Amino acid sequence: MLTAFLASAPTADVNPLLPADYDLLWSAIIFVALLIVVAVYVLPRLNKALDARAEAIEGGLKKAEEAQAAAAAARDEYTAQLAEARAEAARIREQARTDGQAILAELKEQAQAEAARIVANAQTQIEAERSAAMVSLRAEVGSLALDLASGVIGETLSDDKKAAAVVDRFLADLEADEKAKAGK
Amino acid sequence: MLFEGTPFEMNRIMLIRVGITILLILWMVLATRRMRLVPGRFQAANEFLFGFVRNNIIVETLGEKDGRRFMAPLFAMFFLVLGLNLTGIIPGLNIAGTSVIGTPLVLAIVSYVMFIWAGIRKHGWRYFKNSLFPSGVPWPLYIVVTPIELISTFVLRPVTLTLRLLMNMVAGHMLLVLCFSATQFFFFTVLADGNFLGLLGVGTFAFGVAFTLFELMVAALQAYVFTFLAAVYIQLSLADEH
Repeated sequence: MLTAFLASAPTADVNPLLPADYDLLWSAIIFVALLIVVAVYVLPRLNKALDARAEAIEGGLKKAEEAQAAAAAARDEYTAQLAEARAEAARIREQARTDGQAILAELKEQAQAEAARIVANAQTQIEAERSAAMVSLRAEVGSLALDLASGVIGETLSDDKKAAAVVDRFLADLEADEKAKAGK
Repeated sequence: MLFEGTPFEMNRIMLIRVGITILLILWMVLATRRMRLVPGRFQAANEFLFGFVRNNIIVETLGEKDGRRFMAPLFAMFFLVLGLNLTGIIPGLNIAGTSVIGTPLVLAIVSYVMFIWAGIRKHGWRYFKNSLFPSGVPWPLYIVVTPIELISTFVLRPVTLTLRLLMNMVAGHMLLVLCFSATQFFFFTVLADGNFLGLLGVGTFAFGVAFTLFELMVAALQAYVFTFLAAVYIQLSLADEH
């Protein structure tokens, strides 16, 4: 009976309960066509645009937060740098002070050395002059003393040999006397 | 008629369907061709419409994740039904593309396949057990409940989807035909004969205009109902407990 029905169906005029084949076919075609366009083109773009907008809004908020965080970080960094700079400045100042002290001390030492050198020079010079003066004095004092003595004694002590011996003896006595005094 | 006698036979309604589909495709492509972050007027208007279907019908019913999975067929379904419904009140076309059973039936089958497929994907064969033997029911009641569930879920859902849309559109078309034919008859036959009963045509014309506006609402409402129910059926299939 079913086969009979199937066989008779195409030849039956129109079965009012069954939809026409072209009706179903065109319905399916237009639905599939629209579905393909929607799935391939429309929805991806729509979703992308809507997602992008949502992201833009959320992203704006996030960006603001990020900007705030960045500002805070920059401020912290700035503060840290400032502290570092201060520390550096203090360190440099300290360094300068110690350097200054060192230089001062060195200069003082140099000055002292120089002074000592000058003093030593002066002393040697004085010594040299003293000995020079002593030599010249020895000669002059001798002759003066001889003149005086010859004047006193009335005789000339022009005999150089004698005179020199007298003077030497006198000076030796004098020196011995001085040394005895200094020794005491 | 084109291609008469072949399965590609085209009568007026088929031409309307194809024409409207081409228009829908053109419109959607134009509307989403260059979407900007800050929309212009054209984009904002289209986005309002797309957003309504996307968010208020699909995502609100199915949730974000499942909504995206089933979005394309539901989205296409809504706009196809809306476009074909609207042809019922477009002068010159004057018949809804959905007022012949093919499109409602095909879309109902799509919905049927989608919700069963969604259920099987989510629950495997337990989907049929869950649907036919709802948990939390004392077992003797299955004698009553199971046939009801079987018929309501697997038979009546596609049938009601199809017939609700089809009958709404057919009835709307009939009403409009009635109103405007009567107007034509009263004005050009009765009134032209000198019979002042023909002035009733004013009333029938007013009804025709009113029903045209009503059909506009019905067109949008049926598109909404059809798509919303398709989404709800999928959601029920995905739900863990029935």
